[in-house]
Amino acid sequence: MELVVSLAIGVLAGSGVWLLLRPRTFQVIIGLSLLSYAVNLFIFSTGGLRSGAAAILAPGQEGSLGQFADPLPQALVLTAIVISFATTALLLVVLLAARGLTGTDHVDGRERER
Amino acid sequence: MSAWTDHLVIAPILVPMLAGAAMILAGDRRRRTVVVMGFTSTVLLLAFAALLLGTAGAPEVRIYRLGDWPAMFGIVLVQDRLSSLMLALVAVLGLAAFVSSLARWDRAGAHFHPLLQFQLMGLNGAFLTGDLFNLFVFFEVMLAASYGLALHGSGTARVRAGLHYIVINLVASLLFLIGVSVIYGISGTLSMADLAARMRDVAEADRALLEAGLAVMGIAFLIKAAVWPLGFWLPGTYAAATAPAAAILSILSKVGVYAVLRVWLLLFGDEAGASAGFGGQVLLAGGLVTIAFGSVAVLAAQNLPRLAGASVLVSSGTLLAAVGSGGQAVTGGALFYLASSVLALATLFLLIELVERGRDVGADVLAVTREAFGTGEEKEDALEPEEVGVAIPAIVAILGLAFMACALLLSGLPPLSGFLAKFAMMAPLLGPAGAPVPAASWVLIAALVLSGLATLVAMVRMGIDVFWASPPAAVPRVSLLELAPIGLLLGLCVGLTVAAGPVMDFMLAAAQSLHAPGTYLDGVLGSTAALREGRP
Repeated sequence: MELVVSLAIGVLAGSGVWLLLRPRTFQVIIGLSLLSYAVNLFIFSTGGLRSGAAAILAPGQEGSLGQFADPLPQALVLTAIVISFATTALLLVVLLAARGLTGTDHVDGRERER
Repeated sequence: MSAWTDHLVIAPILVPMLAGAAMILAGDRRRRTVVVMGFTSTVLLLAFAALLLGTAGAPEVRIYRLGDWPAMFGIVLVQDRLSSLMLALVAVLGLAAFVSSLARWDRAGAHFHPLLQFQLMGLNGAFLTGDLFNLFVFFEVMLAASYGLALHGSGTARVRAGLHYIVINLVASLLFLIGVSVIYGISGTLSMADLAARMRDVAEADRALLEAGLAVMGIAFLIKAAVWPLGFWLPGTYAAATAPAAAILSILSKVGVYAVLRVWLLLFGDEAGASAGFGGQVLLAGGLVTIAFGSVAVLAAQNLPRLAGASVLVSSGTLLAAVGSGGQAVTGGALFYLASSVLALATLFLLIELVERGRDVGADVLAVTREAFGTGEEKEDALEPEEVGVAIPAIVAILGLAFMACALLLSGLPPLSGFLAKFAMMAPLLGPAGAPVPAASWVLIAALVLSGLATLVAMVRMGIDVFWASPPAAVPRVSLLELAPIGLLLGLCVGLTVAAGPVMDFMLAAAQSLHAPGTYLDGVLGSTAALREGRP
């Protein structure tokens, strides 16, 4: 389980970074989204990974703090998702404005001379 | 402990938030209502900031628990001398930017005033919050508003620079989140005070990972502070922004410096046990390289906005290097420098736009060409033998004097506060008479002096070009609304100079409580302990 989650985070982050370094604005925004998925999964995993555990309590079991999932990373990840969603939307608008004003989708606003 | 002053701590966040929301409801068309709301909000902010600044230090640390949850579970706002100082700077810059925007810039695009209010809210929140995740949230509020402000007025140059600015800051935010979650995973807390208390007994096996998490978060702070090599986005963005927006942006890079000051000194100060001093060399070296890069950028700047942007780099570098050099008295001087340089940079950004207004498009390029090839000046005395001197219009003279004051402040020449600030940093670096001065201090002193020289050379050259060699084609039309904020900011700098004694005492006290964070920890965690025992 740990291996699968860490591989998923690694692949997402790796592809995100690669796309982020590409020259087209669309690639950059997809790269940012992938990176933020990776980060969200990472935050989520800091609460500890368990499979097959009861949501709160298994029947007939006495409750103790050790059995609850840590709620704080969940709250953090929720906030992080909302914020990255909003800023990505904002970036999309700027990206479109840049495309309209400069006439190209290169991140520098002009094509490189070759 | 009166209830009224306790609730004052949250006012700097609530006032601009409510004002901004009400402004959006009112809409841009009802300009008079919006302006009245903006004015009320910024003046109220200034009053609250002045009250908080006046009462800072008694009690040493003031805590505001939201929802009355204990500090380790809930959210706390913490107000001490450093945050009061930053709040006051934000309030002053907010008022200056607001007033100067009224003359023309607030009509250059939609929603200038609400964005300004949310910007102020984010800044105030970042300076007040006591835990790392809220710091992230307020960073985002502040950045989201700053994206809007940097793009205000639209245009190709702004959108192009804004795109880089937004992408870089989004990546920085992701790094911030990675750092925060590593810290939480290891230590189980996000409250800065609680974290500082737990730092001492982290298991040896986990310490490296915790330090790595803090370092990743530190990178995010340093991107905001525009340290070399993470600061290439800054001059372009600031140069492209409109004057009032650039004035408020000039404190944005100082938020990174504030975060470093607060978190680094709290977690890696002298009392931190095994981790004490972690990363201090990086701060010092990064600061020095930033000063060097900023000085070269200042000298290479071919127009005024670029020059101002490069000066922001110099000021960031100076602050980080001074903090990294580790002395308590040096930090005190650095805080004085922070106040003085923020005010001076904001003045310069407001001033530039007024000066540029009267000049022909491309005058800067012409001036540079003339300097390089020496053409265009020879025929003058043959043509106008009678003229003794060129009369300088009054308004140009006023702008020129203000520019001169900015040059003195930024390069650190007497008699204004820039000189006192640099002096206050250098004197403790030299140490007591007779004691050997470490090499790092010599390097820092040399960097301070040389960056001052570079700034002076660049600003004198630019000033001669702008005000004497190529006088404005037409006298710039400047309204009182645009001159008043410049007067206010420069007046405050003069005030800092005249009242340097008490101000310096305040800064030294702030530096002392930063370097010995016992009072901060007791203030935040003590209130938790009291609550656990059932006391109010």
